[in-house]
Amino acid sequence: MPTIVVEVMPKAELLDPQGKAVAGALARLGKTQFSAVRIGKRFEVTVDGAVDDALLAEVRELAEDIFSNSVIEDVVSVSVL
Amino acid sequence: MRIGVVTFPGSLDDRDAQRAVQIAGETPVALWHGDHDLNGVDAIILPGGFSYGDYLRAGAIASHSPIMAEVIDAANKGMPVLGICNGFQMLAEARLVPGAHTRNAHQQFIRRDQKLRVENVSTSWTGAFEANDEIIIPMKNADGRFVADEATLARIEGNGQVVFRYLDVNPNGSLNDIAGVSNERGNVVGLMPHPEHATEAGFGPDTPDAMSSGTDGLRFFESVIATLVSR
Repeated sequence: MPTIVVEVMPKAELLDPQGKAVAGALARLGKTQFSAVRIGKRFEVTVDGAVDDALLAEVRELAEDIFSNSVIEDVVSVSVL
Repeated sequence: MRIGVVTFPGSLDDRDAQRAVQIAGETPVALWHGDHDLNGVDAIILPGGFSYGDYLRAGAIASHSPIMAEVIDAANKGMPVLGICNGFQMLAEARLVPGAHTRNAHQQFIRRDQKLRVENVSTSWTGAFEANDEIIIPMKNADGRFVADEATLARIEGNGQVVFRYLDVNPNGSLNDIAGVSNERGNVVGLMPHPEHATEAGFGPDTPDAMSSGTDGLRFFESVIATLVSR
């Protein structure tokens, strides 16, 4: 069955405390070549049947309305796996 | 007066909110997230807790519950709606109030008796306060950091939609120390701290006078009663 992948990231200008904590851990491990980490979300939506443009458009809409909150996040990609 | 309190899967403070309504002398009405029925209530409280385990984003799944269609409709027609903590997150997710919430800046869950300044006393839920009253009510949250873009912050500051501001300590990194906001009309108010936990002497926050004696939260309920009586 086809799977549609939606990726959501916190907006660049927002503090991402999770990413900051991980970046801090990397620094403590001596991995000094990495300056920042940001953590987002990946949704895998399994489809019953075929994926067409209309369905992709519907998933894009869902991505904007439910999977993400546009005040704090951006949908960075919607693609078929 | 009948004041509805909606219970969602994972609500924790629904019964506390009902009890606060009762202490204020009115009739609490239990509402259910899966219904499409407000049961003729005069005002609505979306209570605190961790609806749907805070999955997706705090309040996000609950904001799409069946009853939220009726809550949004009633709010847009002027019915007083108060969102407390998780209820505030639902109001933001439903776009009934501006802004959104992210994880506390320090990544920790926090519980403390929090001092707040009441900055707008013309909302449906704050009329019983004097402008710039300083109150203490408990707060407890993990995703309590209020954020909004600069234009939105400027707009809500200018409109007086910042109803409550944290004093002394900003417990979660909220922008502009914002603890609670309203919609433009002032009938919908959301805040992170819990007024329903400061309505009964002996079970409230500590005050300089005595342990657990704080009842500043009672005035939220007195405010909405006065609002409804005056209509």
